[in-house]
Formats: sequence, structure tokens, C-alpha cells
Amino acid sequence: MLSPRPETLGAVVAKPVPRPATLATRAAAATPAALAGKVRGLSDRAIAWLFIGPTMLLLLAINIFPLIWTIRLSFTNFRANRPNATVLGVGIDNYVSVLTDGDIWLAMQATAHFLFWTIFLQTLIGFTLAYLIDRRFRGHGFWTTVILIPMMLSPAVVGNFWAFLYQPQIGLFNYVVAWLSGVPASSFEMIGSVRLAPWAIVIVDTWMWTPYVMLICLAGLRSIPDYIYEAAEVDRASAWRQFWSITLPMVLPFVMLAVLFRGIENFRMFDMVNLLTSGGPGSATELASITLKREAFEKWRTGYSSAFAIVLFVAVFGMANIYVKALNHVKNR
Amino acid sequence: MHRGITTAHSVVEPGPRMRVAAGSLVVLYALITIVPLAWIILTSFKTPSDAISYPPKVLFTPSTEGYCNLFTTRSRQTPEYIAALPPATGRCDQVARNAGMVVAGPSNYVPRFVNSLIIAFGSTVLSVGLGVMAAYAFSRFKVPLKDDLLFFILSTRMMPPIAVAIPIYLMYRELGLSDTRLGMIVLYSAVNVSLAVWLLKGFIDEIPREYEEAAMVDGYTRLQAFRKVVLPQATTGIVATAIFCLIFAWNEYAFAVLLTSGTAQTAPPFIPIIIGEGGQDWPAVAAGTTLFLLPILVFTVLLRKHLLRGITFGAVRK
Repeated sequence: MLSPRPETLGAVVAKPVPRPATLATRAAAATPAALAGKVRGLSDRAIAWLFIGPTMLLLLAINIFPLIWTIRLSFTNFRANRPNATVLGVGIDNYVSVLTDGDIWLAMQATAHFLFWTIFLQTLIGFTLAYLIDRRFRGHGFWTTVILIPMMLSPAVVGNFWAFLYQPQIGLFNYVVAWLSGVPASSFEMIGSVRLAPWAIVIVDTWMWTPYVMLICLAGLRSIPDYIYEAAEVDRASAWRQFWSITLPMVLPFVMLAVLFRGIENFRMFDMVNLLTSGGPGSATELASITLKREAFEKWRTGYSSAFAIVLFVAVFGMANIYVKALNHVKNR
Repeated sequence: MHRGITTAHSVVEPGPRMRVAAGSLVVLYALITIVPLAWIILTSFKTPSDAISYPPKVLFTPSTEGYCNLFTTRSRQTPEYIAALPPATGRCDQVARNAGMVVAGPSNYVPRFVNSLIIAFGSTVLSVGLGVMAAYAFSRFKVPLKDDLLFFILSTRMMPPIAVAIPIYLMYRELGLSDTRLGMIVLYSAVNVSLAVWLLKGFIDEIPREYEEAAMVDGYTRLQAFRKVVLPQATTGIVATAIFCLIFAWNEYAFAVLLTSGTAQTAPPFIPIIIGEGGQDWPAVAAGTTLFLLPILVFTVLLRKHLLRGITFGAVRK
């Protein structure tokens, strides 16, 4: 009689039955193929395709088919707000204008500024926090959970409520800065000034995503076995030396993984910045995705923006590939 | 005995003073990081004039005006008109009349919140359902080009959402799926299924194959073994994955703002456009934000053991 309860099955396995894997194979081999099909239901190969198929279909319909459509549109002058106008092929004109457009390069500069500073600050603060939490003080679990909260929130809602905190007259941020530095609170506008707005989005992103880097660094720190430090201790290596030649190199692959994920995410940043500054003032915080949205859904230059979308996709894909190679290199060292 | 190593614990344990110093710095950071969030929750209980006072008020008389304004639409009336009305029927009615207004009807917040719930749960069920099957196949069977397929699945998540939104906008317009809940459920499922496959593959990899093989020796078919042995063993992983999918769908904004405008609009594009007389009604926005974020706070606490896995697509497991 069969026992359907997995724990009982587990117990069966735990008994010194000689290699259950071969047992199963032998049982299968002993049965003629045609009969096995009837008795044992579908073949493994059929099940594999049956199980993977629906996921692949969904991804093909919602990701790949649209991607191919974007590629096709990128060679035309199609405008989504004029569906009845004649569509002309324009060759690679859209790509040429994307790559020579000054506004696009401004957006790329804004994106680069945003990427560099968010990743720099998040790695610095995130690693420091992880290092401190790894000292295992009383209550570190609770405080770690508190620190993690911002990264779970909706980026759009976060962008919206930081717009409130950044209000020059009434906002808490200006008040705190004024209180700490003595500058009048109404003398500066975080999201209204061309000079400060790029930093306003860096601050919010750092507030939100530092816990992410922290969590990955913490896993890296905890993966270092104690005996390595014990051996170093025996060799009388100084704490400083231990940090540089044990801690840092062993955590590096984890830091790089965090940087990879943050890099991809922030390269395509849209929601938080769209609600905080919507690219303004002027185009001071107009990141690539925001330019793309303006071109595609405000100016309705569908063909042109499709070309830009493809350029962005190739860029993110290429960078990720190079980065993964570097990551594997560090890991296998 | 040598003095340096008399302590019972390992030599690499940090000293008590180091611990206190590290602890205080982390607690300080945690307190600072929680201030913006605490401020929004406080603001949701302020009156509009308290919310925009300078210096910012920490102590104030709590008011339900923010929540009332969130759930109702109001129209301004003359004092004579209000005086001639029958007595206020509810608390929010009274709050509105004190501000010289009359409640005109319910606001759109509840329908938007319900849309968020339906779309988040619908897409989670679909993506976890598809994900667990694909993950099982990738974990147990020899699939040709397995690594390439897995990488392909992951790469679909790297695309900038706005880039995919252009053709999806056109496609949904053709199919009549724009601004429908079904359209959003399918779209979010496609985005989440990559996360589900990667996470669940990690969880299923950890279940010993011998369990199913023993069951199959006992006469179970592969499908029965999957249903009755693997699925119960993977419950924790399935629940954790489902919560991650829920959170993503709950928080998503880019597709929602471009593809929905009315019947299927979710809360994230709606909250920022809550306006009162003369600009944003900050207490109402804060109230909407607070209610929207509360479920996430609960989920964060529930998920904390699996967070690391979830945010790295199962690449780091601890």
C-alpha cells in the first residue's frame, strides 16, 4: 500500500536502502517502453515540455513579440497617435538621429551621473552598515529589518512623498538641513534648482536602495569562515591587514553582484524620478527612460523612440554581459 | 594559561566595546532612515493647514481629515446652504462641513485599491503557477539548451519597462486589452514569471530527488510525485516567491501609468494625483500612501529570512 505522506517517504529513503536512484532506473528499465508509457503516465520529456511550454509562450507573447515589433517600428516613421497615416520605411535614419541627438546625450549624461553616484554611495554606506551589523550586537536582527523597509516600498509612491519632504517652504528635508547648517530653509530648492535636482534624486535612491547593497554584503561577510580569521590571528596579522587581505577580497564578488543589479535597475530607472522631478527642472534630471517616455508617449514619435529603446536595450544587455564576465573572473580567482 | 585566549568564544568574536559602537551606529542609521516614512504616517493624521505649517509640526491635534478627504469627493458650498442642510450623518460629513464643504460622493481610492488587489493576486497566481512547473522541469529534467533558456528568461526582466511599453501599448489597443484588469494581470505575470522560475528552481533544487524517486518506485507517476511529494515540500519556497511577486505587482508604476487610465488603474498612478483645492491635498495623499504601504510593511517582516534570495533571483542563498 502506498503512503502518500512525504515524511514517510523520506523515512524510507533515510533507511539504508542501497541507492534509490538506481532502483528507480532499474524499475523503469525492466518495463517495456510502450507499457511504461501507459502505466507511468507521460514520459519525462513530454512533461518537461508541458511544464516549460506555457512560461515560454507567455514570455514570447509579452516580451519577444513586442521586442520584434519594436525593432520593426524603429525602421519606420510610424506615429501611434496617427494610426491611419501611411507608414514609410526610413532605413536607419532613426538610429542615426538617436545617436547624434544632443538631447539624448544630455539624458545619457544625467543617467551616468545618477548611476555613478547612487552606486558609489550605496556601496560605501551599504558595505559599512553590513560590516557593523556583522559585529552581531544585541538586537541586530530587529534593526536590520527596520533598515530594510525602504527598499520594499513602491518607488512611485516613494518619489511622490519625497516631493513633499523636499518642498522648500514646508518640507521636512529643508527644515532639517536648515537646522543643521544654519542656512535658511527657503533659500534652496532641492527639486526646483538645476544644480540641486540631480542630487535630490541621488539622495532618494540612496535612501531607498542602500539596504539592498547592505543585505548582499552582509551575506558575503557571513560566508567567510571563522577559521580563516583564526589562522590569521595565529599568524598575528593586524586587524587592518585582516580586513584588506581577507574580508575585502572575499566580499568583493558579492559587492560586484550588488553593483550589477543596482546598475541594471538604475539604468532603466523611471518611476521614482518621474514622480519626484519628472525630468525637470528643464532636463536636469531627465534620465534615459524619462526621455524615452516623453518621445514615445508625449511627442508620439513612435518610430524614433523605438530606435532609442533598442539602443538602450542593447546597452544594458552589453554592459550586463561584460560585467557578468568580470564577476565570474573575480569569483574563480 | 595565556591571557589572550582564555575567553570561551572564538578569537574572532568582536569585543564588547566594538559591539556597542557598531550597534549604536546601526541604530542611528535605522532611526534616520525611518524618519521619512514616519513623517508620512504622521502627516496622514494632520489637518491640511498643520501639514504645510512652518516649522514642521511634530506635536499636533490628530485629525481624520486626511482619511476623510481620501475616501470622499467634496464640493464647496455657501455657509447659508450648509446651515440649511439636515444634521451631518457621519464623521467625514461633519469634517467636510467644518471646512465649508459638502460630501459629494465616494472618491476613486477604493476602486483603485481593489484593482491593485485583483491585479496583484491574479498575476501572482498565474506567474507562480507557471513558474513552479517550469522550475520543476528545469530542476529535474535534461532540457536542451537549459542554461540558455534560463538566461533568456532572466534577460526578459532586464528590458527597460518603457521600451516594452511602446509595442505593448499598440498590441493591447489592437486586442482591446488596454485599461483592462486581464491585460494587466497577463503583463505582470510575464514580468514576474522570470523571478518565479529562478527563485523556485533554487528552492526545488534543495529538495532531494530521492523523495520523488522513492515515490515513483512505489508506483506514483511523475505527475503524482510532483503533486504529492514535491509541491508540499516546496511550500515555503512557493509562499516566499508568491510574496515577492505580490510586492512587485503591488508596487509597479511604469506599465500602470502608461496602459491604464480608468477601470483598471491601480493605486500607484492614482495616489500622486489626489488633489484638493489649490494643489495637492498632502494629508489625503499621505493617508493614501500609508494605507497602500501597510501591507508591504507586514510582508517585509514575514519575508525577512528569504529577502536575500528574492532580491538576487536566488543567486545568493546564505
